[in-house]
Amino acid sequence: MIRHLRLIVLIFCLWNLPAHAHKPSDSYLAITAENSNINGQWDIALRDLDYAIGLDEDADSQITWQEVLNKQKAINAYAFARLNIQGDQVTCPITPTQMLIDHHTDGAYAVLKFVTSCTNTISNLSLRYTLFSELDPSHRGLLRLEFRKMTKTSVFGPDHPSQVFVLENVSHFNEFKQYLVEGFWHIWEGYDHILFLLSLLLAAVLIRRDNVWLPSESLKPTLIDIVKVVTAFTIAHSITLTLATLDVVSLPSRWVEASIALSVVLAALNNLFPVILKGRWLIAFAFGLIHGFGFATVLSDLQLDGITLILALIGFNLGVEIGQISILSIYIPLSYLMRRTWFYKYIIFYVGSILIICIASVWFVERVFNMDLFSLANFTGTKI
Amino acid sequence: MIFTQATYAAPYIPHSPNQVLEKLPTTTNSSVKQFKNLRSQLATDPNNIQLASELAKLYIEQSREEGDPRYIGYAQAALAPWWKLAQPPVDILVLRATLLQSTHQFDKSLADLNLVLKLDPRNGQAWLTRATILQVQGEYAKALQSCEHLYSLAPALITLTCKSNVNNLSGHAGQSYQELKQGLEQASNPSPSTQIWVLTLLAEMAERLEDIAAAEKHFQHAIRLGYPDAYLLGAYSDFLLDQHRPQEVVKLLEDKTKIDALLLRYAEALTAMHLPEGKNKIEVIRQRFDEAMMRDDTVHQREQSRFELRLMHNPKRALKIAKLNWEIQKEPADARVYLEAALALNDKKATLLIIGWIESHHLEDAALKRLMTQQSAAK
Repeated sequence: MIRHLRLIVLIFCLWNLPAHAHKPSDSYLAITAENSNINGQWDIALRDLDYAIGLDEDADSQITWQEVLNKQKAINAYAFARLNIQGDQVTCPITPTQMLIDHHTDGAYAVLKFVTSCTNTISNLSLRYTLFSELDPSHRGLLRLEFRKMTKTSVFGPDHPSQVFVLENVSHFNEFKQYLVEGFWHIWEGYDHILFLLSLLLAAVLIRRDNVWLPSESLKPTLIDIVKVVTAFTIAHSITLTLATLDVVSLPSRWVEASIALSVVLAALNNLFPVILKGRWLIAFAFGLIHGFGFATVLSDLQLDGITLILALIGFNLGVEIGQISILSIYIPLSYLMRRTWFYKYIIFYVGSILIICIASVWFVERVFNMDLFSLANFTGTKI
Repeated sequence: MIFTQATYAAPYIPHSPNQVLEKLPTTTNSSVKQFKNLRSQLATDPNNIQLASELAKLYIEQSREEGDPRYIGYAQAALAPWWKLAQPPVDILVLRATLLQSTHQFDKSLADLNLVLKLDPRNGQAWLTRATILQVQGEYAKALQSCEHLYSLAPALITLTCKSNVNNLSGHAGQSYQELKQGLEQASNPSPSTQIWVLTLLAEMAERLEDIAAAEKHFQHAIRLGYPDAYLLGAYSDFLLDQHRPQEVVKLLEDKTKIDALLLRYAEALTAMHLPEGKNKIEVIRQRFDEAMMRDDTVHQREQSRFELRLMHNPKRALKIAKLNWEIQKEPADARVYLEAALALNDKKATLLIIGWIESHHLEDAALKRLMTQQSAAK
């Protein structure tokens, strides 16, 4: 019977399992480093401090400001014995400066402000955090480290109490590179962006005279035309990519995707039934605005902020441009050399435009009605 | 990048020394004393197995009562001398498995339980915990096997509940519901907490069978039995939300929003009623999930996916999280968040994957069935 009783006691702990509880115990450690000086703010839950050193003197299950003040010395002694800051392997002594109160989503916190002064300008900042590690192994210290307007976040726990931060070159360069590569592949894998550009550029090596397409006579006007179209497209999508990533403007993604498909159809139609000839850069600009919203979904999903967001934006955009240029550097010489051939005019230009219209129309219908017309899985699965 | 401004709202100096800053959980005085005694005894004798497991058990019970994960950490701390041992004593192993399971480290927990059962095949608690984990993982055959071992080790109602719960999800929904209902009626003198447990499960079963009136009846009965726990409140709120009765959810949960899972349901209800307060609650939940992600907590993923889909309207993130969650747990609610996100995103592959799973496991669930009809209608 005793066995049964114990069983019943524990069964409920277990049955309760899918229902999640309060927020677990966290402290918030914010550190701002500048040359040899460090300013810090450490928010520690009063509940946790009470468990560790006992704040509720009159045992009425309430913690008053007076009770916290009475224990201010003990709190500082307890907490700062469990935080070690080193600049280049030399311990920097911590001086508590002020104690305040703040409320986070799960209750009241003691806010411990402190300064430390290291002997030299710090290049390697080591932090060792062991608060509550012996009382509650599920406790975590959430760190926000600021250095020259760059922000780095990290988590301390019993399994990783020590961390080193390199302050000289907190490598945003690598982050930047990563987004650049991402942008590059994005344009190569996003068939709709390529098809849009190609639709506009199919006609770049031709000129329209007396309602017929003729091969252009020299390279210079052709190149000028291409540069105008590509620049307009680039400027336009950079604008909307930035606005959308910064959350200034946001459009429903389904309609953005559908409009992108439509832009491809219209650009290719303009080859068959020319409406706009001289000002193709205007088409590039107008629809480039929509394509920028498409690019933005990649970045906005990552929920970046601060310097990382700006680096990501620039890196990604630059990657897209490099991707674009790499496509053009293959396409332009080929099309320029082939422009006088029958094959270019009829197969590549006309049949190509018709094909593009067909493909993009399928995309358009799919995206407007939110369905899969053909299982062109690879083809329709454009990475917008 | 995770911290939001709100986390760093302006700290202040309270205007009066008597200002109450924090209310501690009000446990009965005797249990506070009990904790304090045990803690100080254990502090002087940290390797005492009896003391450590007694204190750990008390903390585990407390975590259930208050829904506060801190107690799980305290319990782990009590077991510190044995926590990293490959083969601690059986009693410690069972407790370690319980703690691992409550933080969703199911595989580690199962490893501990298997070890327990090798050393002590008549350990009912280990068979039961094992059955629960296997059921959550969707391993119904193995779960049922574990339940069978309880026959000679646990009260009949416990064994029946264990089995019915598994059978209910694997092709015998109607039959297992009836069996459990009868089992409860015939049980001699089950404790109120056992009754609440069984009634909540019955209500969920009835809901899956689309017997709305019966589900309501079971929920009401369970709530009348005593102080409802977080699981019951969450399950009943989900039922009410599905029945488009958000007003009742708001009333039910008004003073329970310290618990994350219930705060989510509360925010959903406020949003359904178009109340502006919903926005504030959404912001609080978002912060909590951000912090949970920083900590690498996976315990909240089912709720997080639901939050992203229903309140943030971000099906892409919802599906991403639902997929991660599905790696860990496969209960009907997990299938539901996955399927809802997949449908919202029109992701054929994900939709078919989850429908395939539901069909091959013969999971009968009215809410899932509705979603599946929606899928075939869109075809």
